[in-house]
Formats: sequence, structure tokens, C-alpha cells
Amino acid sequence: MNTSVIETSATGTSAFEAARLVLARDVRLALRKRGQLVQPLAFFAIVTTLFPLGISPELSRLRDVAPGVLWVAALLSSLLALEFLFRDDAQDGTLEQHVLSGQSLTWLLFAKTVAHWLLTGLPLAVMAPLAGLALGVPAAAVSGIVLSVAIGSVALSLIGSIGAALTLGVKRSGALLSLLTLPLSMPVLIFGARATELAIKGAGFAPPLYLLGALAVLGITLAPLAAAAAVRISLE
Amino acid sequence: MLRGVRFCVNAGECLQITGGNGAGKTSLLRTLSGLMYPEEGTISWCGSNIRRDLQAFHGDLAYIGHEPPLKPDLTAYENLRYWVGVRRRLANDEMSRELGRMGAEQWSNRPVRTLSAGQKRRVALAGLLLMAAPLWLLDEPTTNLDTEGQRLVGTLIEEHLAGGGLAVAAIHHELTISAALVRRLELSSK
Amino acid sequence: MAWTWFHRLGSPPYIYGLAARLTPWFAWSAAALIGGGLFGGLFLAPPDYQQGEDFRIIYVHAPTAWMSLMVYSTMGISAGVGLIWRIKIAHAVAASCAPIGASFTFAALVTGSLWGGRMWGTYWEWDPRIVSELILLFLYLGYMGLRSAMDDMQRADRASAVLAVVGIVNVPIIHYSVLWWNSLHQAPSVMQLGKPTMPASMLTPLLMTLLGFTVLFAALLLVRLRAEILNRERTASWIREAVTS
Repeated sequence: MNTSVIETSATGTSAFEAARLVLARDVRLALRKRGQLVQPLAFFAIVTTLFPLGISPELSRLRDVAPGVLWVAALLSSLLALEFLFRDDAQDGTLEQHVLSGQSLTWLLFAKTVAHWLLTGLPLAVMAPLAGLALGVPAAAVSGIVLSVAIGSVALSLIGSIGAALTLGVKRSGALLSLLTLPLSMPVLIFGARATELAIKGAGFAPPLYLLGALAVLGITLAPLAAAAAVRISLE
Repeated sequence: MLRGVRFCVNAGECLQITGGNGAGKTSLLRTLSGLMYPEEGTISWCGSNIRRDLQAFHGDLAYIGHEPPLKPDLTAYENLRYWVGVRRRLANDEMSRELGRMGAEQWSNRPVRTLSAGQKRRVALAGLLLMAAPLWLLDEPTTNLDTEGQRLVGTLIEEHLAGGGLAVAAIHHELTISAALVRRLELSSK
Repeated sequence: MAWTWFHRLGSPPYIYGLAARLTPWFAWSAAALIGGGLFGGLFLAPPDYQQGEDFRIIYVHAPTAWMSLMVYSTMGISAGVGLIWRIKIAHAVAASCAPIGASFTFAALVTGSLWGGRMWGTYWEWDPRIVSELILLFLYLGYMGLRSAMDDMQRADRASAVLAVVGIVNVPIIHYSVLWWNSLHQAPSVMQLGKPTMPASMLTPLLMTLLGFTVLFAALLLVRLRAEILNRERTASWIREAVTS
């Protein structure tokens, strides 16, 4: 093992491979603690149940408020799920190693956020129509709900990653994280609820869906940059 | 806050940083690694300021902090693959070779949370070797290791230096490496 | 030549002294402008043919609403400057802006609510402008909350700077999405600011109070900035001389 170390090795990992490894690691870790993955979904179900209890058991009334209920519950449960994004890595030093890896931190954090979406946003997109049906939403609206929650949760994960990165190391940061993330997530709520409402009415829901997509794209391009800056600041 | 620190480390040398608790050893290492920003002064690697291209500098740097950066739910193999693999392509036999050198082969397929602190440290050292970086920044590399482990650390550093590498280590007690290779820096908290 | 001036701007002792000298000028100008504007608006301007005397609240409401946005931009820009070029004074400016901006936002909400109460009988409407102001207040509170959550001043500065910059990017997005949301539901609009063809007797006092509030912000900012500098530099040697002199 006496090879000179100063020669730069040509076996450096490409950016794509690094991102793939980060994503694979996060997914593998989450699957080993499957109980934790279920929590945001259970929270979503519970919150959705609160509204009929607080409003009325009549499906006709629930159908009217269903877009708002679904989306508020989705926003809140995605807030809860943000716990899993950076906290563990920050505590055991692996986030630090990402910063020191020689790879672009923005890109690695983007990979982490994608993994986070796969583990929390996508399952939410599957659960939301079920909750909608329980609120009296017609079956024809299911595709609209799935699409809008799937795209909207991409934006929510990205926006949330900024707040999560900013509050790293802050004790009892739950309320602060909500205060930071929810105002920024309001456009997603507005467009997502509108898309859901149109889907329920049977009308074309493409325009708000495109707007959701635009928010998601904006998030993809800008949010990892802000999150990377925030992570570096938390390690200073 | 550290003031008035100045030194130069060349290839084949190891800088040992000593000082009491709170003297700033970890802060100095983190500043050297680029994690912390020095208000005044510059840090240069191979003649250029590290801030000029921090990413490239990190490609040459292997930093091990107080705690080994291992995920408790992954095995040693998986940890190394995800940790070091992000930096350079690793072959499976490379990993088993280095784990074997560290005496970690037998328990490398168990989740890291089942390992003792000393075993975790050995896995981290295997990772350090696999990173194949010229500059090592080590924060208390011998923590939780028995005497045999501490001698192992000394041997690793000596080999690294012989191959043209550099090491900066914050330590509590002397590393077991030959005195000719050692430079010292003592931090005092005033 | 220009560089030395710029460098001096980054020096806390210099700013501390400069702020002390400038504050009285700004404060008195603000008093004059706001006083004159309010006199003109409350007494000299004729009543609005639609709203009668109630519209006069615009002379306080419009400036506070305008300032709430302007202060946020100032905060975001100076935070960004501090973040990119690591200039500590810029962070102190941003920190000083936040409570002032939040107060303006709160005042805008209260005056807007009072106006709505007179006009429509309800003290709150989900009007796009009110909702945007409310979200702006949340952004301010988030900024101040993040700052206070961190003990290390440098970390608080830099983290809140990232938040402020992200906020600035988001303010137009939030504003337009709220506008879009409101247009779908045809909710009544409270803030009838009146057509641009306001007679001079109404417009001039308005411009005076607008300018007056801007100058007031400058005065308040300078006062807070001195306090911020004192807090941040309290261990520095120049403080003792500056405070005792």
C-alpha cells in the first residue's frame, strides 16, 4: 500500500453516480425504519378525519371543503415529514461529509430531497385520493388529485428543505420550521386546492396544474442552492 | 476564538495540535477543512487559497471529526460504499482489504449500531484509507482505541506520510510515530 | 477615492458616529413631512365623493403599506450584501430593519382593517391586499424568529440572510398567487385606492406622508442601527470612548 497518494486518482466518482449513491442510501435507510415512514401518512389520515368531526358528517358538505381539507392536511404532514430530511445526517456527521466530499453540495442535497419526495410525497399522492373519496369526492376526480398532490409535494419538499436546513441545530424547531415554511408554501396550496376543486367539479384542471409544475421547477432550480447555503452556515 | 496561528506543513510531515479542552483544536481543524471561515488570514493548499476552489480542495482532503461519520442502521460495508463511494469509485475487494487491515472484517456485515465505539473507529479508519486523499485532518483519531489500535493509527499515518501525504491531527496524547516526521503546535486558551 | 468611502461604510465606529449625526436631520424632516401631509390630508383635502371622510385613513394606511414592502426589500438587499461579501454592518442593518418593517406591516393591517370596518361593516376581509400584507407579516416574524433562535450572532446573521433573500424571491410569487386566488372567487375589495386622477389637494398630502414615512424609516433605522452596533461591538475598545464622550 505504498502508492504515492499525491497523484490524483482518475477513479473519482461522477456527479450522477454520487447523486445516485446519496439517493440510494437515504431510501435504504428509510426502508430499514419503515415504521417512521408511516408516521406522516398516519398524520395525514388523522388530520383529514378531524374535519368531518369538526364540521359535519354530510358528504355533500364535506365535498365542498374537500380541496381545502386535503391540501391543508397535505401541507401539515409534509411539514412533519421534513424531520427526516437532514436531522439524522446533521447529528451523526454524515452531512458534514457531504459538504467535504468534493462533490457539489447543491446537487447532493437535491438528490436527498428527491429521495425524501419518493418516501413521503409520492405515498401522500397515493393516499390523498383515498382520503378524498372518504370526503365524498367523485371517483372521476382521483386522477386530478393524484397528479396535483404528486407535483405539489415536489414543490413542498423543495421549499421545506430550505426551512429544514436553516433550522438545523435549533432545539425544538417545530414551530419555527412551520413559521418559515408555511408562508412560502401558500402558493402551492392555492394552486393545488384549485386543481383539486376543478377535478371534483369535472372541469379541466390543467391550468393550475401547470402553475404547480412551474412552482416545482422553480423549486428544483433554486431551493437546493438555498438549502446548501443554509447547511454550510449551520456547520460554520 | 483563535488568534495568531501560523504554520506550514509539507509533504511527509505530520502536524500534531495539542492543547487543553476548549483551546480550539477542533475549531482549528474545521477552519483548515474549509467548514469554518477565518475572519483574518488565509489557508493555502499546494500554493493556492483553498477558498478559490473549495470543491477541488475537498477532493484532496479526508476529514474525520470526533465521531466516526457512520450511519447506525447500515453495515460497515454499506457505510463505506455510500460515504467513500461518493468521492471515488470503490471496488468490493478494496473495501474488504482495508476492513481486514483494520481488524474489522468479522463484523463488517452487521449494522454499525451493534458495534462498540472502538470497532466503529476502526471502520472509520478503513474509510480514511479508502478515501486515498493526500491531506488528512484528524480530530482525536485514537479515541476509543486500545493500545494496539493506537499503534495501528501511528502505522497508518507513517505509511501515509511515506507515500507523500500530509496529516494534521488534534490529539490528547502523542501519536506513536517517529519523531522525525512530527511538527508540533500547542494551542493555549488564555 | 470611492473605495475609501466604501470601506469606511463598513466600519462600525464610523457608522455609529455618522448615524448619530444624521438622525436629527431625518427625524425633523420626517416630522415636518408627516405633519404637513396629515394636516393637508385631514383638514385641507375635500371629502371623497364616494367614501366621505372615511377615505382620510389612506394618509396613514398607504404609507405604512408601502413602507412594509420597502423595508422588506431593504432588509433583503442588505442581508444579501452581508451574506455574499461578508460585511457585518450590512447584517446589522438587516437586523435593525426587521422590527420596523413588522411594525409598519402591522399598522397597515390595522389601518386597513379599520377602513374596511367603516366601509363594509366587517373588520376583516380576505381581500388579496390584506392577505398579502398578512403573509408579509409572517415573513417578518419568521425572520425575527429565526434570528432569536440562534445564540451565535454570526450564525443568526447568515441564516436569516438566506431566509431574507429567499423571502424576496417569494414575495412576488406569493402576491400574484394570492391575486389569482382572489380573482377566482370575486371577493369584495376593500382598498379602493381611488383612480390615479386624484385632485392635487388630495394627492399632494399623500405624497408628503409617503415621503415622510420613508424618511421616518431612515431615522428609526439609524437609531436601531446604533443600538445594534453597540450590542455587537460591546467588547470592542472603541465603544468605551464612544459611549462616554
